[in-house]
Amino acid sequence: MMRKYFIDIYKTIWSILIGMRITFGHLFVPAVTIQYPDVKPKLPERARNRLYVNMDDCIGCLQCEMACPVNCIEIETVKSLPTDDLGTTSTGQKKKLWVTKFDIDIAKCCFCDLCVYPCPTECIKMTDVYEFSEFDRNNLLYNFVTLTKQEVETVKAKAAEFEKEQAAKKAAAAAQAKAAPVVAPAQQSPPAQPS
Amino acid sequence: MAEISEEIIKTSTGTTLRHEEMVINMGPQHPSTHGVLRLEVVVDGEIVIDVIPHIGYLHRCFEKHAESMTNYQQVVPYVDRMDYCAAMNMDFGYVLAVEKLLGIQVPERVEYIRVIMAELQRIASHLIAAGTYGLDIGAFTPFLYMFRERERILDLFEMTCGARLLYNYMWVGGVSHDLPPGFIDKAKDFCQYFRPKIKEYNDLLSYNEIFIKRTANVGILPKDVAISYGISGPVLRGSGVNFDLRRDDPYSIYHKFDWQPEIGKGEVGTVGDCWDRYMVRMREMEQSINIVEQALNQIPEGNIASAIPKRIRPNPGDVYVRTESARGELGFYVISDGSGKPYRIKARSPSFVNLSVIPEISRGGMIADLVAIAGSLDIVLGEVDR
Amino acid sequence: MEQILRNILDNDFFVYGIMGIVPLVWIVPYALFAIWLERKISAHMQDRLGPMRTGGWHGWSQTIADMLKLLQKEDIIPAAADKTLFNIAPYIIFVSAYAAYAVIPFSSGFIGADINVGIFYIIAVTSLAVVGILMGGWASNNKWSLLGAMRATAQIVSYEIPSVLAVLAVVMIAGTLSLQEINNLQTGWFWNWFVFQKFPFVFVAFIIYFVASLAEVNRVPFDIPEAESELVAGYVTEYSGMKFAMFMFAEFVNMFAVSAVAATLFFGGWNSPFGEFLSGPIWGVFWFLSKGMMLVSVQMWLRWTLPRLRVDQLMYVSWKVLTPWAFACVIAVGFWMML
Repeated sequence: MMRKYFIDIYKTIWSILIGMRITFGHLFVPAVTIQYPDVKPKLPERARNRLYVNMDDCIGCLQCEMACPVNCIEIETVKSLPTDDLGTTSTGQKKKLWVTKFDIDIAKCCFCDLCVYPCPTECIKMTDVYEFSEFDRNNLLYNFVTLTKQEVETVKAKAAEFEKEQAAKKAAAAAQAKAAPVVAPAQQSPPAQPS
Repeated sequence: MAEISEEIIKTSTGTTLRHEEMVINMGPQHPSTHGVLRLEVVVDGEIVIDVIPHIGYLHRCFEKHAESMTNYQQVVPYVDRMDYCAAMNMDFGYVLAVEKLLGIQVPERVEYIRVIMAELQRIASHLIAAGTYGLDIGAFTPFLYMFRERERILDLFEMTCGARLLYNYMWVGGVSHDLPPGFIDKAKDFCQYFRPKIKEYNDLLSYNEIFIKRTANVGILPKDVAISYGISGPVLRGSGVNFDLRRDDPYSIYHKFDWQPEIGKGEVGTVGDCWDRYMVRMREMEQSINIVEQALNQIPEGNIASAIPKRIRPNPGDVYVRTESARGELGFYVISDGSGKPYRIKARSPSFVNLSVIPEISRGGMIADLVAIAGSLDIVLGEVDR
Repeated sequence: MEQILRNILDNDFFVYGIMGIVPLVWIVPYALFAIWLERKISAHMQDRLGPMRTGGWHGWSQTIADMLKLLQKEDIIPAAADKTLFNIAPYIIFVSAYAAYAVIPFSSGFIGADINVGIFYIIAVTSLAVVGILMGGWASNNKWSLLGAMRATAQIVSYEIPSVLAVLAVVMIAGTLSLQEINNLQTGWFWNWFVFQKFPFVFVAFIIYFVASLAEVNRVPFDIPEAESELVAGYVTEYSGMKFAMFMFAEFVNMFAVSAVAATLFFGGWNSPFGEFLSGPIWGVFWFLSKGMMLVSVQMWLRWTLPRLRVDQLMYVSWKVLTPWAFACVIAVGFWMML
């Protein structure tokens, strides 16, 4: 009992001295921290930070929107007229849809990278930009659409008009079909998008 | 609610003293409840009479969320967020469950990459556990040393998949990225750098007499109690039960490596005290380093994406897969109804089960002991509440 | 005019006033510096850099900025608090710390009051801090504060005993309670310091005094009254703004006070370690302050190395380790002196 008392005291003092030696040694070890805003760490190639969409390449396939687990991507597309030429993507795909809305709510984004893989044209990707804090949360809603508001309107109006024409044509065809004895279930045309 | 008993004590001089127990709220904003745990503590002076843990402050409906995803892969980011200190281990358990449901055999390289990542993550997680444990006991410095090492592991992860905390790295059937060039050398460097550091921590913290006095013979969790509470992981091993799912129910390729589970031996106190639980983690880090080194030496070449399915649409059925996460037995019970999204996912989270033993082992101790016990269980509230 | 001035200067109370303010000239810059130093030492021990931005060179003005911030903060008094006690508690603690400086000999030429019971006075007056701590903890009407205050009271009261006994060993050798005379007895080379006399008993007494003084100023490993991982912040939980700053200030003032006493009793106070070399009243201030600061640095060094004890272990250390050993030292020194 008495022996344990002295051993305890000895052990305590000794382990304190060992600890003090270690911390004293670290006084002279160069710091591992960096002065962040002045010195910035080099991010690896694969760093996943803010999303960026290259709209020139976007074909409006909605794959990224579907892949997003938190629904932070919102895309609206409008069919282009057969006469329109939207150009091709850098991977050589022909664009067929006007992308009238491509919003990413980066405040919701969980940086999971799932939207990047399905993209057939590799137009959505994660960049190494990580300093994008804002005072107003609305500023974190990024609009990537390159079309102006007016252009969107015209595109939509044109599409609606085209849709109407098509519907009229279809109705005419249906009327013809009705006249004919063959009964075919008339396919419902999708409602024109409100412009 | 615990009853507050009031009694009148007669002192020797004949005067009467009112004697009353005090209910005190530890958390959800308390510095050492490791998140948003609330412990309702009934104390008599400094002595803890009873503890009632209240959870749910971080409940994010993980299981319900999983049902409303459009496919199985989308669940992985949510799984990441369960145990944010060991996201790789969480991913590992989930993808293994879905792969079993699908009947996929992943390429060998993928298995190796997964094991390397999971073991590195285990080290990172144990570093947090041990560091914050030191912080609970009052030693500030080891905490920062351990975070410095963890940072190097996170650098390795960032290099591989671009994220530092929530990786979404393991996919059903594969991993998102192959190892980047230079990864193996860097990881080997880390292993070499890390081994001597463990000794430094042991000198600075583990074998510090004050630390031992604070943790040895405190919060003793006997074998039988641990088993009947369903405790798992380092806490169970700390109680002297030699049980590690990596060895006893081997998944992935753990049977290929030469290592053994660490158990608490009660060197400075009783088997199953706080010090044992802490020390099991410290020693497990060395074992993990062993596994990582072996895996780095053996890793074969191969295509990591060959087994990733185009569409994940398992046949109707259910599956339970358990893995050894950094905190214990992590089980995923996945039911498929044949559609593209899970019908139901249930996670058996180790922290939740381990937390349930707090009242049992902290009665009769002091408030300071309660802090030491809560720290030694190493709970992550994200996983407790899900 | 001259007469009035002469009257003022000759007035005893004027002199007392000046003498009372002089230590502040040291204490205020010291506290600002020590808080910065503590942050720097802790940072470098942990491989960090610590404050680097405020003021340019290594963040030297960080504490000044912090103090200005604390001054501007809203003074929050909890609704259920006992307002009077809550308000005066920080000042009582500070006063008890500051009152000790009245008898601390800064140099052979300066001592606030060279009373013949100097060390006795210090022991008496520094234990007044208990009253302030208990007052603050009780008045906050917060359970954590109350627990912290109870712990602090038990701790400070029990650690008085070993520290007094350790001091007694020195007092027995010196044969006086006056700090200035104790200093005079240690003049000469450093082997004249009491810490090296009657070796190793006075050295052990110094260790005991140092450990006990750590407990009296609530430093790690005895910081259980404000143990942030257990009691949130102990008795300062409810304090904010300038009142919190007063607690912080008092802690650092106290740290130096106990270090100064240790330096005076055991390390020769203002005496130069090298005999006549660099001695004299002005150099005396330098030696005294650097000895004090050395001990303060050791306190900080311990702070960033050790975990903290538990309440019952704290009592164990005081009653079963320090007190018997201090008694043993006193008895051994007594026997040595009889020989």
